[in-house]
Amino acid sequence: MITDSLVKDFQRLLGADQVFLQEADRLTYAYDAAVLEPVLPALVVRPKSTELLGRVVQMCNDNNLPVTVRGAGTNLSGGTIPRPGGVVVLTNALNHILEINEGDLYAVVQPGVITAKLAQAVEARGLFYPPDPGSMAVSTLGGNVAENAGGLRGLKYGVTLDYVMGLTFFSAAGETVKTGSRTVKCVTGYNLTGLLVGSEGTLGVISEIILKLIPLPQARKAMMATFANVAAASETVAAIIAHRIVPATLEFLDNFTIRTVEDYSHAGLPVEAAALLLIEVDGHPAVVAEEAEKVEAICRQQGATEVHTAKDDAERDRVWSARRAALSALAKLKPTVVLEDATVPRSKIPAMVRAIEEISTRFALPIGTFGHAGDGNLHPTILTDRRNEEEWHRVEAAIDAIFDAALGFGGTLSGEHGIGMAKARFMEKEVGPGTILYSKRIKAALDPKNILNPGKGIGA
Amino acid sequence: MSSIKELARLMKELEDQLVVCMRCGLCQAVCPLFAETGREADVARGKLALLDGLAQEILKNPQGVQDHLNRCLLCGSCAANCPSGVKVLDIFLKARAILAGYMGLSPWKKIIFRSFLSKPDWFNRVLAWGARFQGIFIKPVDDLLGSSCSRFMSPLLADRHFKPLAPVPWHQQVRELDTPAGAANLTVAFFVGCLIDKIFPQVGEAVLAVLEHHGVGVHLPAGQGCCGIPALSSGDTRTFRDLVRHNLKLLDDPAHPCDYLITACATCSSTIRKLWPLMMQEAGPAEQERIAALAARTLDISQFLVDKVGVTPASAAAGEEGRITVTYHDPCHLKKSLGVAVQPRILLKANPQYVLKEMAESDWCCGCGGSFNLQHYETSAAIGKRKMKNIARSHCQVVATGCPACMLHITDMLSQAKMRVMVKHAVEIYAEALTRTARPGWEGGSPHDRQLGGRE
Repeated sequence: MITDSLVKDFQRLLGADQVFLQEADRLTYAYDAAVLEPVLPALVVRPKSTELLGRVVQMCNDNNLPVTVRGAGTNLSGGTIPRPGGVVVLTNALNHILEINEGDLYAVVQPGVITAKLAQAVEARGLFYPPDPGSMAVSTLGGNVAENAGGLRGLKYGVTLDYVMGLTFFSAAGETVKTGSRTVKCVTGYNLTGLLVGSEGTLGVISEIILKLIPLPQARKAMMATFANVAAASETVAAIIAHRIVPATLEFLDNFTIRTVEDYSHAGLPVEAAALLLIEVDGHPAVVAEEAEKVEAICRQQGATEVHTAKDDAERDRVWSARRAALSALAKLKPTVVLEDATVPRSKIPAMVRAIEEISTRFALPIGTFGHAGDGNLHPTILTDRRNEEEWHRVEAAIDAIFDAALGFGGTLSGEHGIGMAKARFMEKEVGPGTILYSKRIKAALDPKNILNPGKGIGA
Repeated sequence: MSSIKELARLMKELEDQLVVCMRCGLCQAVCPLFAETGREADVARGKLALLDGLAQEILKNPQGVQDHLNRCLLCGSCAANCPSGVKVLDIFLKARAILAGYMGLSPWKKIIFRSFLSKPDWFNRVLAWGARFQGIFIKPVDDLLGSSCSRFMSPLLADRHFKPLAPVPWHQQVRELDTPAGAANLTVAFFVGCLIDKIFPQVGEAVLAVLEHHGVGVHLPAGQGCCGIPALSSGDTRTFRDLVRHNLKLLDDPAHPCDYLITACATCSSTIRKLWPLMMQEAGPAEQERIAALAARTLDISQFLVDKVGVTPASAAAGEEGRITVTYHDPCHLKKSLGVAVQPRILLKANPQYVLKEMAESDWCCGCGGSFNLQHYETSAAIGKRKMKNIARSHCQVVATGCPACMLHITDMLSQAKMRVMVKHAVEIYAEALTRTARPGWEGGSPHDRQLGGRE
């Protein structure tokens, strides 16, 4: 329980203007981008130094207050929705890039640094931080690490986890914990980095992140291939990889999405096409030229009705504008957008797309599917109106069916959005009771008072 | 004060628009206010959640919501970049009206809007007295920028370096005008707007010079009032409607049919074009139709000159040497609200004496926001400093824009930073090119000592 004296303690510690007590202020930290009901926190605080962040965690632990750490609040699984009576801790005042090391290829950042700002800062020095979640213009790196965020470049470059070299974080009791280092190799102690990445704020509060950087690819080439059926598009993906080419991005749009984007942006997309593949290769200019040629040939062999290669940056931009517009265009059709991220092995994409089409018909719901064909991470996007109770029941049933289909194909519930509150109840289906029990024991050992983002990630 | 249930019912009328927000949070990337404060209640997503909270009766304190809702520049950056197409400004203006109706208008706003703004004639007379006696209270600080500051400690003026009232307002220089269409075979009605009338009459002068040059007939009716945005943004729909009706009578006059209505103020343009039809829905069908028709033919001066008259860039002078460097600030109400960004730049390029150099973040809000500047000056200035720094980094001699409100705030920011950069309206720069050829020897000069002569 938050008492007046505790509020005063927080105000003394952080400054009165960094403690939000008013109902209206608190309501603006009651939600994130998931389609879930808001939960009003009792208090919202914004520490302006890592030391203060640690003190806040300690105070919450001492007073049995649930803590939900929040960056930009963009996650899609309810991971930043607080507990009733809990404390929301904002990291957006901890927004300094502490170091960009060009010799050793790493950056050290505070958790509140915005993903795109780091990407720009390193790019200005000819370096590259590849993870590019859709919300990167506003999302924070702390949030990316806590959710193990993905993005469009997963196939070639991996996800956030692949770039975290080390972390400093606070335990539930407020002790400082260090893991990993500034070195490429480090086997000192448990791999706590692996434990923390994707833990959704349930095992520690991150205060500093060491991120791996790589050289910026010198050249890139984008192309758009049109297909008359989904299977041909999917087999093309497999064929490209079988030819030992790993594109930086390999994106898929289904017919429903193509038509919606075209209605919205009049970019001249082929509205009759069953599927579009948007492909980009990058690297050394000579390699890029050769690979682009090969990819184009493979697309044609696999039955693409049309392949268009962008000749310059303006054309490249036009290719990608179709993908960028996908979610916006779909979102404008209906008031509520449910963006799923069930993921299947690459080879199962045609089966998964068919299953989603069948689910769309069965539950009479419009579903647009687009996403990262290269890594099997599709985004079936259900368009609905959450105020329509009857329809909402069908949406929930459709989500269940999508998860069942993905698991049936040997896939997973979530490729990049996380479990949070939204998918916690499905966890056991995928991983079995033993895994849940094991995870709960870890949680109980590391956070005995269960104050760190309780209820998230490991199933109620 | 009526019951909170009643307020929730009123808010529910906005529900169809409120549910469109999917809480993605991408508005954080473009909100100038959020960039300064980092507070969710300052960004569109937070405010929409608050209005939703009132509609769903989660919130019990409407005052808190009103306070947050008023902390907004109404720049429209969020709406222009919203993936779901939430009509943020429509929602905010309607919500401000609902909340002002429910909570009552603050006494000082009531006096300003109902006793002055809604009575254009009286408003003009009061300000004319102000212009005569302002020298007692303020002193000039920068001759190039023409800015002044308070002589004494003043809670109202604070640290501002503001533009003083023009010694002779525009409506006294050119009371009314009716010229026939010439070469262009077009006639326009000219809506002047308060800031051009009372602070920047030289912009009005430039508009007339340009229109005359191109043979455009001008209908400038006497007795024009404010476009209504200050009242509307405070939720005072009554004053807003009075002003719309007052102006409509003058501007849509069957005795003076016009092809277009033009303004040289981004905010007036977007108010007439977008908000007049939106917020006059309680009017009868005939009146609504008139408003809609007038709104549809309302154009910003640069839009009119480029799209309708056919002004094009001058053939490029060789090199940059000897030319005046100018950078351009995109007013939110031109670029984000009306999509007008190319045309003002063409006006600048149409003057061969100038060379346009883009500043970084040219469409980042200057921080003025009209009433926002009066109520939240510190934040307004913090946002303005970012603009000032971008202007400084462009190393230009002149900053041009298309909105007198931006001109005021940018002048304040530059003057406080002791930066010797002139602030001009794009149409002034274009007019300079024409006057040079039409009236040799006239160099533009300082706008303050220029008189129109003979027009009245």
